[in-house]
Order: sequence, then C-alpha cells, then structure tokens
Amino acid sequence: MHELSVVAGLFDILEEKLKEQKGSRVFYVKLKVGLFSGVVPELLRTAFDMYKKDTFAEDAELDIEEVPYKVRCQNCGTQMIKDDFVLVCDNCGSTDLITLDGTEMFLERMEIEVPDQSS
Amino acid sequence: MKKKEVLVLEDLLGSNKKIAAGIRRELTSKGILTINLLSSPGAGKTSLLEVISENLSPEFKMAVIEGDIETERDAERIRAKGIPAWQIVTGGACHLEAKMVGKLFPEIPPDLDFLFIENVGNLVCPAGYDLGERLRCVLLSTPEGDDKPKKYPKAFATSHCMIISKADLAPHLPFDAERAKREALEINPGLEVFVLSSLDGTGVEAFTAHLKKALHELRRNNA
Repeated sequence: MHELSVVAGLFDILEEKLKEQKGSRVFYVKLKVGLFSGVVPELLRTAFDMYKKDTFAEDAELDIEEVPYKVRCQNCGTQMIKDDFVLVCDNCGSTDLITLDGTEMFLERMEIEVPDQSS
Repeated sequence: MKKKEVLVLEDLLGSNKKIAAGIRRELTSKGILTINLLSSPGAGKTSLLEVISENLSPEFKMAVIEGDIETERDAERIRAKGIPAWQIVTGGACHLEAKMVGKLFPEIPPDLDFLFIENVGNLVCPAGYDLGERLRCVLLSTPEGDDKPKKYPKAFATSHCMIISKADLAPHLPFDAERAKREALEINPGLEVFVLSSLDGTGVEAFTAHLKKALHELRRNNA
C-alpha cells in the first residue's frame, strides 16, 4: 500500500500549482491512472480522502480515469489491450511488444478558487 | 472569488523520477554499477549479498544500502563481512524512494565498483519507485511458489534479472522452475534468469559474472 505516498506527492503538486495561480482552494482533481501503474484506484481514493482533511483540498472531488494497459506489436503492428500483462501478441504471437498506455499516473487538471481580478 | 480550471499534466511520481535520474547520472559517471534488489520478505536478499561479497572481494569494491521498516540488523550482517553498509529505516513505509537514497549520497565512496540497494521486502510497492539503479533484480525463492510472476507482474515487468533463490530446497518443494521462468518471460521477454542457492553456492558465479559484465559495459560506455 504505497497509495498514501503517491497522494502525498499529488498534494505537493497541487500546492505548488495553487500557489502559482494565487488560488486558495482546490475543488476538483482529475487523475489518469494506468491499470499497470502499480496503484489501485480505489485505494488512491481512500488515501486522498484521508489526506485532504484540514487542507486546501478539504472539499475537493477526486475523479480518476482508469487507463487500460495498451501495447503495440512491433512485428505486425497490431494494437491491443492486455488485461493479464502477458506480452505475447494476440495476432502473430510475437513477444516484441511496446507499451503505449497504462503505466502512467498523472494529474491531468484541477479546478481551484482564485481571486476575481486574477486572469 | 471565482473558479478556474488549470491544466496540469504532471506525473505523480515525477519528483521521484527526477531525483532517480540524477542519482543514475552521477553514479554512472563515477563508473559505479547500482543494483536494486526486490523481493518479498525472506526470499534471501541479504544472504545473497553475503555470498556475493565473498565472491567479489578483494578484486571488486562493493557497498550496500539496506532498506527495512525496522532494525539495523541487515546492515550489521553486511558490515560483519567487512562491507560498508547503510541502513535506511523507513519506519513503516513499504518501499524505498529515490530521495532516501539521495540523502546517503555524500557518504558513498566514489571508488566503488558495485552499489547494492536492498529494498524493503515487498513485491508490490518497490516496483513503482525508480531509485536510480542501473539494474533491477527481483528474487523469487522456491518456497514462495512458482506462481508469483503472474501474481505480482509489475515487479517482474520492471526488472532486468530474475533470481530463483533457495534452489537447494527445490527438490523438497512442488516448485516448477520452468513454469516460473516461462511465466516471468511472458511478462518481460528481456528478463535474464538465474537459478541460485546462497547456501550451497549454486549459480552465484553465473550471477556475479553477469554483474561484472554489466559493470564493464557501463565503464566502456563512459570511456
């Protein structure tokens, strides 16, 4: 369970961006989490709810888009989703596959409260 | 006050990755091969380091960073072999992060050949954290069962080597080494597999030969 450390990292980024924008509160946080990123979205939610108490994101809603593990075969060019992480091409049986998606874990966007005069 | 949407697109592990890249750059430029050892608790990481130290010395200089939730015991075992060792006590955290390794940097002798990092025993969380290593090796001990690569794919997918450890126990166990190997290679076709026993010495030579070769390549690329 390292979701709490991931969330701690998320809050560092949120705080930095909030300062940059001279904002005061975070309302909404949108993450993209690959299914082969090593974290469990549900546990990320739990960790987020624990972490946000008494912070600038206390009322923030967390939205997680789960990204399937997607690969491309270098031999025949087929793109496919691999739920079992077995790197064998469904089409030609080659093991020469490259990862396209599904290992990432990033903060896509956030909604914050900023002063009226701010652009 | 008003609401504003901010597009960020920032990696949640970005800060760890950045620190790790710095560590890798610095150790590589010093010609030090860094190896991150991953496994579940009790798979034999420390015992492997003990026999490796006997095999590599006195020709090569090595040091060890030990990661554990509690106690200095592993570092003491390594020091008893005359090898410099630092213990990172995570105090509950289930994995090492690059910044913990970075903190030890000033203490690492610049004339090392090999720097081993023994991660916290856990097949899940350490897989997500780059520590700036050049090689990542995952140990799978025979009593754990041959089904672990499929159950913990990320640890096997992100490693360069898999070491089937405690091979001396295999005759007493329903462990199918071929299955473990086949299923690990399905997840990571580039994995180098070693079958090893720290107790009777089987396979130790083959593994250290691999490390020496990797060190040689690193230094050749530096030159």
